[in-house]
Amino acid sequence: MSGHSSYEFSNPVVKWLDSRLPIVTMVKAQAMDFPTPKNLNYWWTFGGILATMLVIQLITGIVLVMHYTPHVDMAFDSVEHIRRDVNYGNIIQKLHANGASFFFIAVYIHMFRGLYYGSYKAPREVLWMIGVAIFLAMMATGFMGYVLPWGQMSFWGAKVITNLFSAIPFFGEAIVTWLWGGFSVDNATLQRFFSLHYLLPFVLCALVFLHVWALHVSGNGNPVGVEVKSGQDTVSFHPYYTMKDLFAILVFLLFLFGFVFFSPDYLGHPINYVEANPLVTPAHIVPEWYYLPFYAILRSIPDKLLGVVAMFASILILFILPWLDTSKVRSATYRPRYRQLFWILVVVCLGLGVCGAQPAEGGWVIASRILTAWYFLHFLVFLPLLGLFETPKPLPSSISESVLAKQAAKSTAAAQPAE
Amino acid sequence: MSKTMNKIVKFLTTAALATTLASGITLAAGGGNKLAKDIDFSFEGIFGKYDRAQLQRGYLVYKEVCAACHSMRLVSFRNLSQPGGPEFSEEQVKAIAAGFEVTDGPNEDGEMFQRPAVPADRFPSPFANVEAATSANGGAYPPDLSLVTKSREGWHFPWYVSPFIKLVKGGGGAEYVYSLLIGYEDPPHGEEKEGLHYNPYFSTQWLAMPNPLNEDAVEYADGTKASVDQMARDVSAFMAWASEPKMEERKRTGFFIMIYLGILSVLMFLVKKKIWRDLH
Repeated sequence: MSGHSSYEFSNPVVKWLDSRLPIVTMVKAQAMDFPTPKNLNYWWTFGGILATMLVIQLITGIVLVMHYTPHVDMAFDSVEHIRRDVNYGNIIQKLHANGASFFFIAVYIHMFRGLYYGSYKAPREVLWMIGVAIFLAMMATGFMGYVLPWGQMSFWGAKVITNLFSAIPFFGEAIVTWLWGGFSVDNATLQRFFSLHYLLPFVLCALVFLHVWALHVSGNGNPVGVEVKSGQDTVSFHPYYTMKDLFAILVFLLFLFGFVFFSPDYLGHPINYVEANPLVTPAHIVPEWYYLPFYAILRSIPDKLLGVVAMFASILILFILPWLDTSKVRSATYRPRYRQLFWILVVVCLGLGVCGAQPAEGGWVIASRILTAWYFLHFLVFLPLLGLFETPKPLPSSISESVLAKQAAKSTAAAQPAE
Repeated sequence: MSKTMNKIVKFLTTAALATTLASGITLAAGGGNKLAKDIDFSFEGIFGKYDRAQLQRGYLVYKEVCAACHSMRLVSFRNLSQPGGPEFSEEQVKAIAAGFEVTDGPNEDGEMFQRPAVPADRFPSPFANVEAATSANGGAYPPDLSLVTKSREGWHFPWYVSPFIKLVKGGGGAEYVYSLLIGYEDPPHGEEKEGLHYNPYFSTQWLAMPNPLNEDAVEYADGTKASVDQMARDVSAFMAWASEPKMEERKRTGFFIMIYLGILSVLMFLVKKKIWRDLH
């Protein structure tokens, strides 16, 4: 996104174009020569994986829309028509549905990587905040997309989640009516969800562009957490990371396609193969697996309004995370106490996911309350205090020093005779 | 490989059952119904395919027994001759379709009219609409069977083992249909409910549908003995196909894609290694 050409091109057409619109220069500088820390591990490949998933969802989604009908009387049958009659429609539809799940698997790994390595700390606060906005947009897109097949869980999920807004004092009911486009979840609701489900991915693309832009201003973080000091610390993005990312993307796709082709309904709900019926409530209304931790937080609080507030707060809190974490050290590798807290947080989030899938009764409610409390304590109390009291391990003076130390340790271990 | 998998699953299932029984938790989240019998259907697993002869027999049971009350509105006659299904010949399908009357129209005079079905037609439904079906069946709507094996589950396990068992065994939809069909029995303690029939595999144990299968209810063209068990197996396999008619194509495509991607990722790994080796 730099201004003028700093490259010399021998091809006259490229030269002509680049002097008028330095797009070739930009691609070369930002996507090829971009200096990237040389010590990134495989957790850093999830950015590229997420970009791939976005493209897969866009392409499969655009094709699905060519055959889908957003109308309460026809939506369910049109999805079945895609599965049964459209050439490769069965595979495209399953790729889109499972793709959503794997998009979230990748984004959760990407976010936890950020938490572990302190990727949100200065000077990358804005980069992180755009990332949280992307996560929110993904959740909204995924939620509305799940409504479109118009199965039982689509309908009742939409009803339960939109009804949350009725908790807002004074305007609640009016807001819900406005969201529905009527007095119940009906055709108007389906059509607007379809419209927004088509719109939001392009908003997502714009946010991703900003995310990458911000990344290219501050440069990548890295597992050691010390900033790049010299050319010694970096390699060019291409071919070093393009090839490494490609390898990781292929392995990720192997998992995705494993589900698409051999267990395509595993991540969904059987009841969604029954057409929506406003008169029959399913025994258990649960959202898609990727919303379960937030659903557990929502239900852990007896008051509806406070539950909704807590659910949104659990995500919005991530926006101020860069200022909640008072430690100057980025990487958990050098923060022994934080590292323990991090893994506890991972277990807490998984636990919330399990609770979210269970009926809200008995021990499950108690468990969700404890885990919810821990979730907020982690961000609001433990992180701010930990930075003040924790003694970090000594940091290496540069990235290349840490890489060399690692290699030296490896070669001495290899040189020692086996015992 | 699959043998070890089976062993692991069997172990998990037994362990799960033991712990749940010990702790006294009801097995089924849905309401205490019996777990479906685990049948080894030919279409299970990565290489599983439908058994053509079984699907053809299953279609006969569906047509002679189920179709009297249940619709299967998403399936067309032409599907019966498609690859990966019962694979009746096109002539057979034409003959099967011609045996049904469907409403078409309006014609030039604006009138709806009856005509014999053609392969492009969907299976006609036994009732004009849901209300008519409900009213004719004592207030209980006989559900459409187009997706029945995907919309029902045969088994529920405790949360800590369920994800692993279901990953290998699936949801057991076809097993549920089979178990329901062979599962009618006398209610315990001689209890009776007006217009309902006892079946331990049903979510509430009492359902409106009476036992639909009797010995030799149909006559199989291939000479197979039409026992209740045989008919239940055949028709649940047929419904599994009706729910997922593109399964064979999907698994075949998937197999080649996995091999292609597998080789490509190994090559990519070597490329990555070669590029990075010169660096360190």
